Amino acid sequence: MPTDRDLALKSLRYRRSILRWIKHAGAGHTGGSLSCVDILNVLYNRILRVSPATAADPLRDRYIQSKGHSVEALFVVLADRGFFPESDLGTLCGYDSAYVGHPTRHVAGVEQNTGALGHGLPIAVGTALAAKLDGAAFRAFTLLGDGELAEGSNWEGALAGAHYKLDNLTAIIDCNTLQITGRTKDVMNHEPLADKWAAFGWAVRTVDGHDFAALTAALEKPLQPGKPSCVIARTTKGKGVSFMEDVGKWHHGVPNDDEFARANAELDAAIAALTGGAA
Amino acid sequence: MYSPAAKAVAEKLGLKMGRANLEEFADTLLALAKTDRNILAVTSDSRGSGKLGPFGQALPQQIVEVGIAEQNLVGIAAGLGSCGKNVFAVSPACFLTARSLEQIKNDICYSDHPVTLVGISAGVSYGALGTTHHSLHDFAVLRAINNLTVVAPADNFEAREAVRAAAAATSPVYLRFGKAPLYTLPGAETAPFTLGAARTLRPGRDVAFLATGETVVHALLAAAHLEATAGLACRVVSFPTVKPLDTAAVLAAARECRAVVTAEEHLVAGGFGEAVAGVIAQAGVGTRFRIVGIPDEYTVTGSQADIFRHYGLTMEGLAATASALLARP
Repeated sequence: MPTDRDLALKSLRYRRSILRWIKHAGAGHTGGSLSCVDILNVLYNRILRVSPATAADPLRDRYIQSKGHSVEALFVVLADRGFFPESDLGTLCGYDSAYVGHPTRHVAGVEQNTGALGHGLPIAVGTALAAKLDGAAFRAFTLLGDGELAEGSNWEGALAGAHYKLDNLTAIIDCNTLQITGRTKDVMNHEPLADKWAAFGWAVRTVDGHDFAALTAALEKPLQPGKPSCVIARTTKGKGVSFMEDVGKWHHGVPNDDEFARANAELDAAIAALTGGAA
Repeated sequence: MYSPAAKAVAEKLGLKMGRANLEEFADTLLALAKTDRNILAVTSDSRGSGKLGPFGQALPQQIVEVGIAEQNLVGIAAGLGSCGKNVFAVSPACFLTARSLEQIKNDICYSDHPVTLVGISAGVSYGALGTTHHSLHDFAVLRAINNLTVVAPADNFEAREAVRAAAAATSPVYLRFGKAPLYTLPGAETAPFTLGAARTLRPGRDVAFLATGETVVHALLAAAHLEATAGLACRVVSFPTVKPLDTAAVLAAARECRAVVTAEEHLVAGGFGEAVAGVIAQAGVGTRFRIVGIPDEYTVTGSQADIFRHYGLTMEGLAATASALLARP
């Protein structure tokens, strides 16, 4: 099991890779990938029982990324886990590339094609229900954006998850409080969020979405037997790059050469601080 | 549904009244599911209207209720299908193919899970209930989605075979069923059922009636009527599969017959007839051609029979269309 320091180092490197491939492609959803990458780090390095060797195992855990636009974070983590060489991302968003700007099953390790919002939770409900019907022990996880919660289909899925007592289902909300138009609370307020999920019959825990130990504790097992789990991860959009943090324009901003250099300098310095010099 | 004259023609043809395709679907699915516990029926408060009450009683572990939530229905079906379940997602066609269209497009077809989408009480089966309950758009929207086979069975034989074929399919299928009893048309002895293949029910080289779903019987009656009254030999071809279209059967009709009339329980815009027209035009075949369907107007309400009569989707209406087409200079 990797230590928190191991994960911290991985996340810094993931962030560097996310920016690298977005810069290379000239397109991408920068802010949201940076806000959710610590969650993906914990999922793929500590929680999910899935690997390239077990990618077709019917009993593997499933991860369905409902906020499909943060695909760069998913691709970088999958590459690190050995599903494909990271250099494949050189074709990201390119002509006829499998590495489209949203997840597709043409990429090894991706379970569902997503990108339209409000789809992941019902699919994860069906996945968790399949496990229950078969008496199988696998778990289903889905990652939603907070802006995405305005889609009504999420709340259909929330009803069903509780109705079927799917304690093998975990919905994680990447609650970075920003969406393309502005503050989520101004665009369409969803607070009090924890109360809403609890009222729908879910076990809820709110954590710092950049705290590996807190995320691990919330995800390592169902929060409560007989209920689906909702983990509200309070995150910062653009996390890890000072001038991108909590700034709306980085929703799908692509760094120019100067911004790219400054971002890498910050991440390299943080890596050096962790490793005592080695980047 | 049938005028006295049409009933007389049906009797002369020896057609026996069967039951609603919906009932044929439910019984066929139950029989399949009894021997394959992987088959699941997923319903959106629709087990009654889907005639799945007996299924639910016989196999309670193989029916999943999602409530009145069609988007959730299709999303959950995708999740179940992704785990190897053989899912039949059942909901009124009007809701299934409109409200959950994005889930059909992305979660089922784009993600490529071999789920069967079952649109019940399709077309104007709920004719008196108004446009909210009509599905006269489903061919159009589903034809425009990649990786989906679109099927509208004409009678109990085609319905039964379509359910079996969908259960065995390795890619997504949409099945469309009405709720009114149907005449049983010539079956496997006349033309076998295969997904993607048209079925020639009656030979002829004057007018070719190319029809799909519950309009096929009216085309068959029209052909018999035209033979008896005008001595015309009219071909009748049933197209249970609207997509992919059997282009060879379309072109054979266009090349070999003096006129082509298509019939469907659907808007003309984007429907079966326009698909046929596209095949004929692109092949450069010149023919007298007419699409009979629902025009782009506020759709009249009433029983399915009333609406068919209003728009000429009856023996009399189709025969008149064919005669006028042949008479055109």
